[in-house]
Amino acid sequence: MVARVNYDEVEAGTELPPLTIPVTRGTLVQYAGASGDFNPIHWNEKFAKEVGLPDVIAHGMFTMASAVRVVTDWVGDPGALVEYGVRFTKPVVVPNDDKGALIEVSGKVAAKLDDAARTVRVDLTVTSAGQKVLGQSRAVVRLA
Amino acid sequence: MPLDPSFVGRTYPPTESYEVGREKIREFADAVGDANPAYHDPEAAKALGHPDVIAPPTFPFALTYRAAAQVVKDPDLGLDFSRVVHGDQKFAYTRPVRAGDRLSVTVTIEAIKSMAGNDFLTVRGEVYAADGEHVVTSLMMLVVRAVEAESDAAKVGG
Repeated sequence: MVARVNYDEVEAGTELPPLTIPVTRGTLVQYAGASGDFNPIHWNEKFAKEVGLPDVIAHGMFTMASAVRVVTDWVGDPGALVEYGVRFTKPVVVPNDDKGALIEVSGKVAAKLDDAARTVRVDLTVTSAGQKVLGQSRAVVRLA
Repeated sequence: MPLDPSFVGRTYPPTESYEVGREKIREFADAVGDANPAYHDPEAAKALGHPDVIAPPTFPFALTYRAAAQVVKDPDLGLDFSRVVHGDQKFAYTRPVRAGDRLSVTVTIEAIKSMAGNDFLTVRGEVYAADGEHVVTSLMMLVVRAVEAESDAAKVGG
């Protein structure tokens, strides 16, 4: 495991480089195939509206996978991740056009947890269309 | 009928082994738009100290979710899946999943709580390699919506 961020060089409040992730209907079809989650709320507008959704929504697990990139891109080695958890608070609504939706992810070091294990907790802020889509989105990562 | 809390602690038989392939990892990483070389290039993964390409952090969900079907479809528990949404998800890693792993999942009902007519069911999935090494723990919390709250809660969707 070779994280490229040094524990001694970060402190509570250190900001991670943010990411903006575009999501189109095509993205959702591709994720459905790769993950095996074929729930029609993620690709069938008629079905989504029948169950009370405003439109097709992204897979929560797609949003979760996208958000953690802020952490893994920062440390370089995804194997440095110790824990990762999120709460699904609002759906990412994906309209049927060439733009789709955007997921905006930012993160900062919330606390240095263990000087010996060199672990820090990163809190992520994940929004789409100005709404927080993940809550309590936290990762624990081991630094170099 | 709320879920019966006496089911907490019930463990289900381990799943049949799932062999993790390099191309499946690549397909998944591409689908989440993640170009990290540790997912795509065995040499890059080795340079980081991994024996082969590793899988993105949420990859194990495909296995743990499938394994959780044992709980969801347990006739004794009597879950109404049409009212279920994914409330939250956590992973705790011993090591990353990697190509060549033969993984098996053992699921346990971790918690059952009821609040305002909604049930909250937490399913723990312990993922082990063929040699018995622990790889990752998944904690999946499902919300079983109260019948009358359906139109609101449906919007949470996972």
